[in-house]
Amino acid sequence: MTLTRLRLFFREPGAVFWTFGFPLLLTVALGAAFRNRPPEPVAVGVESAQLFETLQRDEGLRVQLFLEDADARRALRTAKVGLVVLPGPPITYLFDPTRPESRLARALADAALHPRGPPATVDLPVTAPGSRYVDFLIPGLIGMNIMSSGMWGIGYVVVEMRTRKLLKRLVATPMSRAQFLTSFVMMRALFLFLELPVLLGFGWLTFRVGVAGSLPLLLGVAVLGALAFSGLGLLVASRAQNTQTVTGLINLVMLPMFVGSGVFFSTARFPEAAQPFLRLLPLTALNDAMRAIMIDGAGPSGVLGPVALLAGIAAISFALALRFFRWR
Amino acid sequence: MAPAAALRCEKLVKQYGPLAAVDGLDLEVRTGECFGLLGPNGAGKTTTVEIFEGLNDPSSGLVEVLGLRWSSDAHALRQRLGISLQETHLPDRLTVEETLRLFRSFYVQGRPVEEVLALVELLDKRATWTEKLSGGQKQRLAVACALVSDPEVLFLDEPTTGLDPQSRRQLWDVVLGFKARGRTVLLTTHYMDEAERLCDRVAVVDKGKVIALGTPQELIEGLGGHEIVELATQQPLEAAELADLPGVRGARRSADGVALTVDQLHVALPAVLARVGQRGLTRLSTHRATLEDVFVQLTGRKLRE
Ligand SMILES: Nc1ncnc2c1ncn2[C@@H]1O[C@H](COP(=O)(O)OP(=O)(O)O)[C@@H](O)[C@H]1O
Ligand SMILES: [Mg+2]
Repeated sequence: MTLTRLRLFFREPGAVFWTFGFPLLLTVALGAAFRNRPPEPVAVGVESAQLFETLQRDEGLRVQLFLEDADARRALRTAKVGLVVLPGPPITYLFDPTRPESRLARALADAALHPRGPPATVDLPVTAPGSRYVDFLIPGLIGMNIMSSGMWGIGYVVVEMRTRKLLKRLVATPMSRAQFLTSFVMMRALFLFLELPVLLGFGWLTFRVGVAGSLPLLLGVAVLGALAFSGLGLLVASRAQNTQTVTGLINLVMLPMFVGSGVFFSTARFPEAAQPFLRLLPLTALNDAMRAIMIDGAGPSGVLGPVALLAGIAAISFALALRFFRWR
Repeated sequence: MAPAAALRCEKLVKQYGPLAAVDGLDLEVRTGECFGLLGPNGAGKTTTVEIFEGLNDPSSGLVEVLGLRWSSDAHALRQRLGISLQETHLPDRLTVEETLRLFRSFYVQGRPVEEVLALVELLDKRATWTEKLSGGQKQRLAVACALVSDPEVLFLDEPTTGLDPQSRRQLWDVVLGFKARGRTVLLTTHYMDEAERLCDRVAVVDKGKVIALGTPQELIEGLGGHEIVELATQQPLEAAELADLPGVRGARRSADGVALTVDQLHVALPAVLARVGQRGLTRLSTHRATLEDVFVQLTGRKLRE
């Protein structure tokens, strides 16, 4: 009996992947993001060269020098640094008390600057909307939601239609094939007009996470993201013969983005060498654009790069899907 | 101006690796007739039908549908055919009527949805989700989807397999009604009674080849007699021992005894009983000859297995 179970298990590639492949990949990816430990150096941003020198000597700190106050605050907001030290007097600490690593950074920096007892410093906990971790997190979660619903909602459904011979029945009619594929993409885009208000409303009501930039622009970017992921959903579904295969493919496509596209923590945590690849991921582009609009209030010119990338991915994936789609 | 042959194929071959699913098939289905492809599972019926439907590509051979070719006239052909696949799972959460309207929307011309619903006796189920339908109702809906375009040719791949007798008869009426409008039907089945009832002509197919072709009547008459006598004995009995009896036109081995084709039962039966008398008769039965017997005689195998 056990042997039979084992056999059935190993003949189910999806299950094998989730049991062995997924944890391994996750370990590797997170290992890359949170490398050099222990003790983990906490990232600190400073705005004066003198403070930079002092803090630099502490092993437990990774220090970054900012020349512009705005840059330093953005780094804090996007969780690239846990603390910003403003030159005094009195020396001022900007940090997010809701993030443990931010509090740790404050404590370590304080110890490094004043080994012989504390002189006067000022704590400036940032809890104003727009600078907290949750402000960073919500756009990422919305992006992730757009990705999963596009990939699952289309990829899985299409393959199920194929296994049930419904696709075959439909292509036996004069139905337009391009229209058929477009209908899925349109549905995803339309759904966003329901989905986005709900998610944004939830963020606003519970955490007071607002949108600094223009709402129509945000919606436009979200729709473009939905189109890009619908295209990818169709593409992964274009050849797959059964739902296990498409499940595996969807996971394969989404996993790198879950981890590497800055949903939960900034992509800046990954090694320099990985950055160009991460920037090419559609979810990275979507998250960057959503954050730029929601947090920094960026206008259309501020999100041009990510928008172009998303549009390109949408167009190419849809064209490829139409070209390679298996109808029977 | 319709061509005389609604469907035609010549030297049709479909190769799956080393297996020839269709192995040099010649068929001609005339406009206005109901043509049956009869054969056991794996005979190549579905493959043949799907090639005619444009859903499968032949390895070689010529295929003409309504005088047109799939390679050049695919779109026009799809407008003019009605198809019910061997297995299709229509969307679960659409109602009967929505499903039918969806299919109607694909065609330039067609019949009113109401009329087709009435035809397949699903008017009272129009607002029911398809997942809630019984097997027979689902199958009638599938046929309705094929009829809603008012097609010139209707393809039905094993339309009544696994259905209860009442559902089968309902579907037969639908097919006969369609034929009465002068339209063409290509039907596959492994039920003899279905072929005998619906088909003007049948082709008996085995291993990708046509092994007999004609009206059901002709094929049965080809057996030589219209009654079949089956018997088994305690002691061994050879078919040849009975072949020369009066009234007996043919004799062959069956699973546990001998099967005789008989044209005059009242003459043959006493003679048969006299000859096997001392062997200890354990079973004796007679029935009217069917297409099943035609198939068994041609191949030595049963049709359904
Ligand atoms: N896609 C395929 N690949 C390989 N073999 C196939 C395929 N489709 C059908 N066959 C084989 O071709 C033969 C004929 O199948 P089919 O036309 O479905 O028979 P029928 O409908 O008469 O039962 C069978 O032996 C079947 O296994
Ligand atoms: Mg079949």
